[in-house]
Amino acid sequence: MTDLDQFRQTYITECLELLDEMEERLLALNVDAPDNEELNAIFRCAHSIKGGSGAFGFDFITNFTHALEALLDSLREGKVLPTREVVDVLLKATDIVAQMVDAASDGGRPQDNFGAEIKALLEKFANGADAPCVPVAAEPIEASEGERQWRIDFTPHQTLFSTGNEPLLILRELGRLGAMEVSAVTSRVPPIDGLDATACFIGWSLRLRTAAPLSAIREAFEFVEDYCDLKIIDTQAAGSPSPPHWGERGWGEGGCGESKQTFNFPPHPAPLPPRGGRGSPNDLGGTKNLPKKGESSVAEVQAARVGQTTSIRVDLEKVDRLVNMVGELVITEAMLHAQTRGFAVEKFAGLLRGIDELAQHTRELQEAVMSVRMQPVKSVFARMPRIVRDIAEQLGKNIRLEMEGENTEVDKTVIEQLADPLTHMIRNSCDHGIEMPEERGDRGKPAQGVIVLSAYHRGGRIMIEVRDDGAGIDRARVLAKAREKGLVPAEVAPSDEEIDNIVFMAGFSTAEQVTNVSGRGVGMDVVKRNIESLGGTVRVTNEPGRGSVFTVSLPLTLAILDGMIVRVGAEHYIIPITNILETLRPKADEVRHVEGHSDVINVRGEFVSVIYLHRTFNIQDAERDPSKALVVLVESNRHKIGLVVDELIGQQQVVIKSLEANADPVKGVSGATILGDGRVSLILEVNELDQIGEGKSENLSRELAA
Amino acid sequence: MADNFDKTRAIDKAEAEQKARQFLTFTVDHEEYGVDIMTVREIKGWTETTRLPNAPEFMRGVMNLRGLIIPIFDMRTRLHLGMTEATAKHVVIILAVGERNIGILVDAVSDILDVSADQIKPAPTVDTQVDAGFISGLISLESRMVVLLAVEHLFDMQHIEKAIAEAA
Repeated sequence: MTDLDQFRQTYITECLELLDEMEERLLALNVDAPDNEELNAIFRCAHSIKGGSGAFGFDFITNFTHALEALLDSLREGKVLPTREVVDVLLKATDIVAQMVDAASDGGRPQDNFGAEIKALLEKFANGADAPCVPVAAEPIEASEGERQWRIDFTPHQTLFSTGNEPLLILRELGRLGAMEVSAVTSRVPPIDGLDATACFIGWSLRLRTAAPLSAIREAFEFVEDYCDLKIIDTQAAGSPSPPHWGERGWGEGGCGESKQTFNFPPHPAPLPPRGGRGSPNDLGGTKNLPKKGESSVAEVQAARVGQTTSIRVDLEKVDRLVNMVGELVITEAMLHAQTRGFAVEKFAGLLRGIDELAQHTRELQEAVMSVRMQPVKSVFARMPRIVRDIAEQLGKNIRLEMEGENTEVDKTVIEQLADPLTHMIRNSCDHGIEMPEERGDRGKPAQGVIVLSAYHRGGRIMIEVRDDGAGIDRARVLAKAREKGLVPAEVAPSDEEIDNIVFMAGFSTAEQVTNVSGRGVGMDVVKRNIESLGGTVRVTNEPGRGSVFTVSLPLTLAILDGMIVRVGAEHYIIPITNILETLRPKADEVRHVEGHSDVINVRGEFVSVIYLHRTFNIQDAERDPSKALVVLVESNRHKIGLVVDELIGQQQVVIKSLEANADPVKGVSGATILGDGRVSLILEVNELDQIGEGKSENLSRELAA
Repeated sequence: MADNFDKTRAIDKAEAEQKARQFLTFTVDHEEYGVDIMTVREIKGWTETTRLPNAPEFMRGVMNLRGLIIPIFDMRTRLHLGMTEATAKHVVIILAVGERNIGILVDAVSDILDVSADQIKPAPTVDTQVDAGFISGLISLESRMVVLLAVEHLFDMQHIEKAIAEAA
């Protein structure tokens, strides 16, 4: 079993998860008042599926999800309304993708036209009503393998309209089957005085190139069969690209001469391949050997399964339960320990020794259980070279990926969450960072661009860096684009750092055209969201012309947190240590009240706004005067705030428990934990506290400094 | 096979509904209330809770139930009868409401009632209270009256807010 197969498997699992999520969100979508956040989330699911499919060469998934994504994009931008029909189609599309993924997981591929109907619908909705109803090919249509040329003469009877049929719909339907040229045959139209407006005098001549069978074409005419003269001719089979009676019906009229020229097809050498034997029309190169490849990989997987006994796959839920129970055991042990503290050693020697041993064992057990979840980041990193290679090839760039610190260990949950943002970041660096080789040459850089992906531990967190030696962020262009998109109001002049961070805003993209790689303005937005939802941060350091560095900082585990227990009045709270910069007791004259803002304190010349926890949380009997209480200086969203607390109780590692599983979320609280005495304590979410607190210290410092 | 099984089960269910439902009854301020026994997970004595900041008044905070964090609601406050001065003698009933587990603080657990469907009277439509939507019915026995509570509506903030808005 090669590494790639392993990742393919991971991708498939992820896809199924994403599809589930998509379906769930689609089902929950309020059709009357769609939530933009929801639409964004759905879009991101589709985007992630597409992203991975490209990397693993599942072109059929890429093709299909591209259409899906396009429709979702239109929804997001409000061009298309998520009506019931649209949602229905989207749901059907998720089913199709699921089946494609299923097929891919078995190493095969679906039939050629699998999902074509739904894809057509997706495209139809995505284009909205104002799109051209019939694609008119300007370029000569080239036939690919597996496709046939059809000539269709569609001459409706004059009574067609009275039966409620609309020829346009039929033409559109046909247009979905493949590339089509349409000419109107107007020879039957009488002089104007003899014209009956309710009768149909126009006929159509169509040339259709499609892989769809005859029955599919016939189906389009299903409702009008009795009201028209229909000729469907397989021009290739007939061996006559230009049948003699072609011109008889006024084909030459009305500028159709031009399109006649476009019909010089090279004679088709190959006989029609059997159904299901080939790729979809858009993609023929290099997929021929895929099924074979897939088969062998399945065989390899099975062979590996027999041989592999050194490790097992365990459902994460089981590990979580284990972690939960060990947590409870630790509490019980602490309780026993506290209960027996006063016991005389002579009297209860055995009991006390037992309890001491219990303490040791539980601690070791806890460590062991936690280490089960730790894995080297290698498993995510190893996916990246392939991604870089593919993108470089696609974009015609020369990129080398260097990796450092692959053995840095991090919790399983973090690893799983890392894959998506990391892929997006790497793609972003390839697409927007590294320049084309010629451009690099002009700038005096080596033709080969370098992306360095590194991981290391720092202060109880894992840092992941994506560094490239590319063009960096073009601040002028980014700002112009952001203004154009209305993300930055014209009157605001952001700082360099602020401009750099615009790349993380939803809906921002500087790519000139929507590419397969990136450029829908979703990538870096996803990165930021994913990282922040994990309690991490992502920043960018930018040197225009010389490259940029994206740095992600993440907690090592999502299950345990180093916390400082603080007291406010009678309540105890936990502040994540990673947020804390320092603790101080300001002198009375260092606290200033600013009108219209929260209070600020002067910390060695820097003004920091203060949040009174007792006020925010409405707690009685707490110390109100910061100069008598303590101020815990924390960092939130790139700036500092001071939290006023009564007392620091101590530092402790706590197991994070979800509050939201049973209760409603509380603003400013990220979760809860159970302390040694079995009581629940709340973990503060510093970033949210900041939003509850009124002042923005950044602006404030500027004002005060001025 | 499967068909038969489903049928028997359906019949059983219907019969059970016809026959009897069981309610756990408890007292708050000398009044008796009942909840469907199927929602009751466990009954335990009161222990101190951890207050949640800016929570509604009837929310007493959260407690640790073998590693799970469970919110505890004060029934007395919810019924607009003031706040329970909780002691170790007070009782917390842990209920499963939808996906969630919650605890309600009551004075004492009194009884388990077997009631047939026709004994349950609908809730009075003339409501003097702002949000009487959480009363699902009444049972009157010889000398007692038991108010049946629709737990799912009791502490559903949306429901409460709506009721308040309607009253206003």
